[in-house]
Amino acid sequence: MATSILFMHILNGLAYGMLLFMIAAGLSIIFGLMNIVNLAHGAFYLGGVYIAYSLVQQNLGFWLAMIASIVLVAGLGVLMERFLLERVYGKELEQVLLTFGLSFIFADLVKWIWGTSPLALPVPSSLDVSLDMGGTMFPAYRLFVILVGCLLAVLLWYMENKTRIGAIIRAGVDDRQMLSALGINIKVVFTSIFAVGAALAGLSGVLGGPIMGMYVGIDSEILVSSLVIVVVGGLGTWKGAFIGAILVGLVDTLGRVWFPSLTMAMVFVIMIIVLLIKPNGLFGRGAHA
Amino acid sequence: MLKLEDVHTYYGYSHILQGLSFSVPKGKCVALLGRNGAGKTTTIHSIAGLTPPRTGRISYLDKPISGLPPYKIARHGIGLVPQGRRIFPSLTIRENLIVPAKDSRQTEAGQKKWDLEAVFELFPVLKEREQNMGTQLSGGQQQMLAIGRALMTNPQCILMDEPSEGLAPVIIEQVGEIITRLKDTGLSILLVEQNFYLACGAADHVLVMSKGQIVWQGSPTELLANEEIQHQYLGV
Repeated sequence: MATSILFMHILNGLAYGMLLFMIAAGLSIIFGLMNIVNLAHGAFYLGGVYIAYSLVQQNLGFWLAMIASIVLVAGLGVLMERFLLERVYGKELEQVLLTFGLSFIFADLVKWIWGTSPLALPVPSSLDVSLDMGGTMFPAYRLFVILVGCLLAVLLWYMENKTRIGAIIRAGVDDRQMLSALGINIKVVFTSIFAVGAALAGLSGVLGGPIMGMYVGIDSEILVSSLVIVVVGGLGTWKGAFIGAILVGLVDTLGRVWFPSLTMAMVFVIMIIVLLIKPNGLFGRGAHA
Repeated sequence: MLKLEDVHTYYGYSHILQGLSFSVPKGKCVALLGRNGAGKTTTIHSIAGLTPPRTGRISYLDKPISGLPPYKIARHGIGLVPQGRRIFPSLTIRENLIVPAKDSRQTEAGQKKWDLEAVFELFPVLKEREQNMGTQLSGGQQQMLAIGRALMTNPQCILMDEPSEGLAPVIIEQVGEIITRLKDTGLSILLVEQNFYLACGAADHVLVMSKGQIVWQGSPTELLANEEIQHQYLGV
């Protein structure tokens, strides 16, 4: 295979990895902090892309539609955490049932409102060009997605490690009860983190729309990959989600090129290898009470 | 200023605190002694709201606090130095200190105002190593960090759960000095201890607990003179 083609595939893999990162980051931090596996997290991705689609249809323009869609999805996240998840904290079985059920409800809602035929979110016109990269053309939009993902990773890293809010979140992952005994209202922390996680998944949906297409079912595909990333990267860390997402994005994309029938298996093989070597994931912090 | 009246606390079906009543006067150090399983830590957790009592009344500065969530109790001005110190392992020393909620209450006249500067002044070693991870400190220094972290909420009362646990005798002496210094700043202290001599050295008043109830109380001098109580309830 020519190196330039390989390079294209790597860029594609990175773009896909960045989309996964935006979902897995929220999933991982929610998992680490609140001890909740949100199986309805894929619904935020769906919500992001479908709401943005409708707003673009209303001639709102891609960027405005993106912002509005993210805000709406974050609001949906707040409602879900406040009125539903709050009742099942500490009850694993109920959480799984609730969030799994919600993912079906949201998927059906999407079918009901937008129908079942695949739709596509158009690439924003300002980025609808291809760049000449060493003889091959590469869509500028995908480079933009990679750029956004990297910027987001830096921003989240900064928030996590250099601010008091980040310290409070890490402290919450370490020992929630102690944190509340120090005067921190853990409920507000939970709701805010959930909203941020939902917003990130919504952003992933909007940005992913023009690349991945839109259909019901993509939410569960993406959720499975994101769960693998959370396991590979380690719970409750943005860094783990970032590295894990790049790994899974690349393996998935390159796997589709070289071993199309083995792609998903390869992703899980990576997960198994990581778990054998580092049971807490690449950047995991050890057993979580 | 801190008062418990007929407090009953359960862990599941286990009836741990069985009608506990006592009070901590303003500016005094009250020590709570007793064997393992007597309910000392549960007492601390009941006050802090971590295991709320099922019945009974806990009040602080004449306001009822039982049933409030832990963060509200902390914001009323009760600081917790928990058993095992519970330093946040992913945080640096400085971060451990800045995480607690900032105090918005009015400080009474004569009351020392605790902030980062005041804590660093009390424990200079924490300032020297502020960028290190909290868990890189020695046991005694971690105890200082746990106390400093509780002080950052600017409490008027602190609950200390076995500060001497796992520390060398010479460090335990230092802990005793720290408690005396804290009391001199006007703090009220409820000290739960297994270490009989530390408790008697630092406290103004001693409570002896057994099976979830107070079975004896008096001054440290009285307790030191009463070998029967020492033997029966404390295994000294």
